[in-house]
Amino acid sequence: MATLPAEKETAAVAESAPEAVVVRFAGDSGDGMQLTGGQFTLSTALAGNDLATFPDFPAEIRAPQGTLFGVSAFQINFGSTDITTAGDAPDVLVAMNPAALKTNVQALKPGGLIVADTGEFNKRNLEKAKYEVNPLEDGSLAKWDLLAFDISALTLEAVKPFGLGNKEALRCKNMWTLGLALWMFDRDRQPLIDWLNGKFAKNPVLAQANIAALNAGHAYGETAELAGPLRKLHLDPVASEPGLYRTITGAEAISLGLIAGAQLADLPMFFGGYPITPASAILHNLVKMKEFGVTTFQAEDEIAAICAAIGASYAGQLGVTSSSGPGIALKGEAMGLAIMTELPLVIVNSQRGGPSTGLPTKTEQSDLYQAVYGRNGDAPLPVIAARSPADAFECAIEACRIATQFMTPVMLLTDGYIGNASEPWKVPDPATFTPFPKTFLEDSNNPEGKVLPFKRDENGVRPWIKPGTPGLMHRIGGIEKAVDTGNIDYSPAVHQSQTDARKEKIDRVANAIPAQEVTLGEASGKLAVVGWGSTFGPIHQAVRRARRQGLDVSHVHVRHVWPLPANLGELLAGYEHVLVPEMNTGQFKTVLRDQFLINAVPLNKVSGQPFAIAEIEDAIARFFDGLADNEGGEVPVNRDQLPSTEAHND
Amino acid sequence: MNDMTPITTTLKDWETDQEVRWCPGCGDYAILKAVQRTLPMIGADPKNTVFVSGIGCSSRFPYYVESYGFHTIHGRAPAFATGIKLANPELDVWLVTGDGDGMSIGGNHTMHILRRNLDCQIMLFNNEIYGLTKGQFSPTSRVGTTSPTTPLGSYDRPASPCAFALGAGARFIARAFDVSKELPNTLIAAHAHKGAAFVEIFQNCIVYNKDRFDDFTSKGTDDMQLWCKHGEPLLFGNPKTGPIKGLSLDLETLSLKVVDVIDGDWQAAGVVVHNVRNRGLAHMLVEMPYGPFPMALGVIYDDPAPTFEASVAIEKEKATAGKTADLAKLLGKGQTWMVEPEAAHGLMD
Repeated sequence: MATLPAEKETAAVAESAPEAVVVRFAGDSGDGMQLTGGQFTLSTALAGNDLATFPDFPAEIRAPQGTLFGVSAFQINFGSTDITTAGDAPDVLVAMNPAALKTNVQALKPGGLIVADTGEFNKRNLEKAKYEVNPLEDGSLAKWDLLAFDISALTLEAVKPFGLGNKEALRCKNMWTLGLALWMFDRDRQPLIDWLNGKFAKNPVLAQANIAALNAGHAYGETAELAGPLRKLHLDPVASEPGLYRTITGAEAISLGLIAGAQLADLPMFFGGYPITPASAILHNLVKMKEFGVTTFQAEDEIAAICAAIGASYAGQLGVTSSSGPGIALKGEAMGLAIMTELPLVIVNSQRGGPSTGLPTKTEQSDLYQAVYGRNGDAPLPVIAARSPADAFECAIEACRIATQFMTPVMLLTDGYIGNASEPWKVPDPATFTPFPKTFLEDSNNPEGKVLPFKRDENGVRPWIKPGTPGLMHRIGGIEKAVDTGNIDYSPAVHQSQTDARKEKIDRVANAIPAQEVTLGEASGKLAVVGWGSTFGPIHQAVRRARRQGLDVSHVHVRHVWPLPANLGELLAGYEHVLVPEMNTGQFKTVLRDQFLINAVPLNKVSGQPFAIAEIEDAIARFFDGLADNEGGEVPVNRDQLPSTEAHND
Repeated sequence: MNDMTPITTTLKDWETDQEVRWCPGCGDYAILKAVQRTLPMIGADPKNTVFVSGIGCSSRFPYYVESYGFHTIHGRAPAFATGIKLANPELDVWLVTGDGDGMSIGGNHTMHILRRNLDCQIMLFNNEIYGLTKGQFSPTSRVGTTSPTTPLGSYDRPASPCAFALGAGARFIARAFDVSKELPNTLIAAHAHKGAAFVEIFQNCIVYNKDRFDDFTSKGTDDMQLWCKHGEPLLFGNPKTGPIKGLSLDLETLSLKVVDVIDGDWQAAGVVVHNVRNRGLAHMLVEMPYGPFPMALGVIYDDPAPTFEASVAIEKEKATAGKTADLAKLLGKGQTWMVEPEAAHGLMD
């Protein structure tokens, strides 16, 4: 999480104490699992636990009921220690139907707890989930604790007094389950009751029914007719820095960061977007924040969205556009124009599995090449990568700062995991932010004649001139231009010098960003695990565990992916080995090899799921077991540990 | 444009120091001059005037007008214009596009700027050919056009820019041609219209599609020009060289027909009086097959509707009513909790 204090390693961590618990809610996509998970997250945060979540839902809005590909899951890892990942294997699986059990049970820790709704384990649903016999009855779940009872019937009973139809009544099942989960982890129900009353303010009967279901689930745990595996767990609140906290998703953090960034630059913001998963959430958020000088524009396509944003930047606002991989590809030509005309622009890329439509709702980091290299011509632009939901806030501000100060488009990389996941966030005080107000050229910069729109300052940055400014009329465009005047000029020396100037300007950004720090460990040694983006959590935990075992390994997490921090090459040269875990086929590894001529060793995973901590731990261990197999090669990810995909037919 | 103070300028004030680089004899020269003549007439202010273009011969236009100008990318000028106008509604935005830029690669954006009704003037230079890429057939090329990509003649049926614009919901449609004396008047009307004003300008490509519009633009062909004027009968023909004709409505087929006007008595001939607010009539005028019918020119349709930027402003006002931009409050929104200093002692890790 973002408020990670300077890492203090204590040997005193009792491994046996449940310092963190991983719970996965899984059900049909119509069962309200994301809602259940979201509310559980909130209650967890309110209980003072640190947490991380991983929503995993199908691309179909309403996949056929009961099917394997219609399963929607929500995983939360919470506890009294710093939580940086959504957890590897769940301790508890709540399975609302056979399909949910089938697609998720293999991930459950041996000895973990399954809570299953027997009411949904009927013949039809078993067939849909391709079970020949009922797994709740055939002993196939023996390695786990099983708690199976008719949640459907118990829910119907609980909401009976409210006279709902059968279908509506059954919709309260998720609240019943949530009530039980709240009891298991000693959570306060009141915030959820308040929330339900608010959500169903117009329909008090539904509010009461849902509250009754919630209470019934809670009471069920409390009166526990079944002793068995059902037990109450209480996790001590995490010790964190004092202050005001809230939970935040990556999409929320980026929206707020953009608002803050525009304010710090003293500019109105123009946001051009086109609906695409998982980037739409940012547009949804910003339309509600117009009082902060935001204009939002839902364009006819991705290209129009970025072009309108560039138009707004040309007219003196901070243009922002946002999309996901396929949409970013469409925007490429317009990014080139913003680079050529040297206008500020922020491009948010919520990466998802690719290529093409790929895996719209699954996470991946495979747009790094596209971000750094993916345009025609020599077209450099700064690239920043957020490592967590809370970090995305600062990254968005940083993107606004660099875009305006250097008159350049900046790409901010996030991904589906960061965008949807939530974590506690210490609410920052805006008074502590450093403003970077941008000024426009108001008077000619050329005493001898016409304004020189491409006259560069000592950083190689041209002035920003708003249309409407008297006497400074000029023309800009995508054609190569003469130095200073910006008039069309294709001559060889001009193209050479302007290409050089555009590159040098972006290279200079490296001097305007913080030096790379070691995230955990030493500034030199045997092994550095170098990451960027949302792999932060699993890398961090894996390095922490390895260090506890006494291994000489450090974690370096890079926010400024392009240009790289000025000291990064020297820093990495101080380690014998560099391991680069990425959710792609080795893209940042290529950048590091190219820039520093080091033997960056890739660890790659492209299953649409985040790394498990154990996968990175295994890769680290190999460097200490002898490197015979790995000299310069790839560290293969342990495919046995990938979540099972056999049950998915999409 | 909201700035009500007319500015006094001359044609010279609108010329840049850049060498104009169209082919000698290109229709674009005449259009450039007509625009530079029009701008002083409408009291345009160079500092508030922005010319936005895409890619193509026509799109070099902004470099030659002494105002603000943005030469963007192929087909996307309407999207840039939308961002510019929303960011600063005070700006007077002119779009320069062509049949390839505006009807082919950028057809989608042309449709959306029209349906949204962004206040701007859209000049679509239609030369029925790709000039800058050396003469390939375009979406407005007539069937049978021989070009480097259609050596045996093109077989795609051409699109009609004005019919397309009407279909997209445009509230102002006009037509003119490059060397016409009426072009400034047409542009003045387009500028006076609040909303997206679509003007198709037939333009002679001297190199790749020479004299394509000679039937109705060359000397002695003015009898094939029908200049539409609001409140006046739809008449055409040159009394010095032939009969005066008019358009009347055939009630059986619900379509226009050409009728002879005897002794100037157009009423007796049943000639339709032009009404710029009649959308149905506008459709018929832009769809008339040329040859049996004259070429409809001038302001064909002009019926203002709320503009996009005004709607955006109204929505913004509604959305922000009673709200203050308090960043601290925004950041701390939702359900929050306090971690007290005493709880923070003894960090575990």
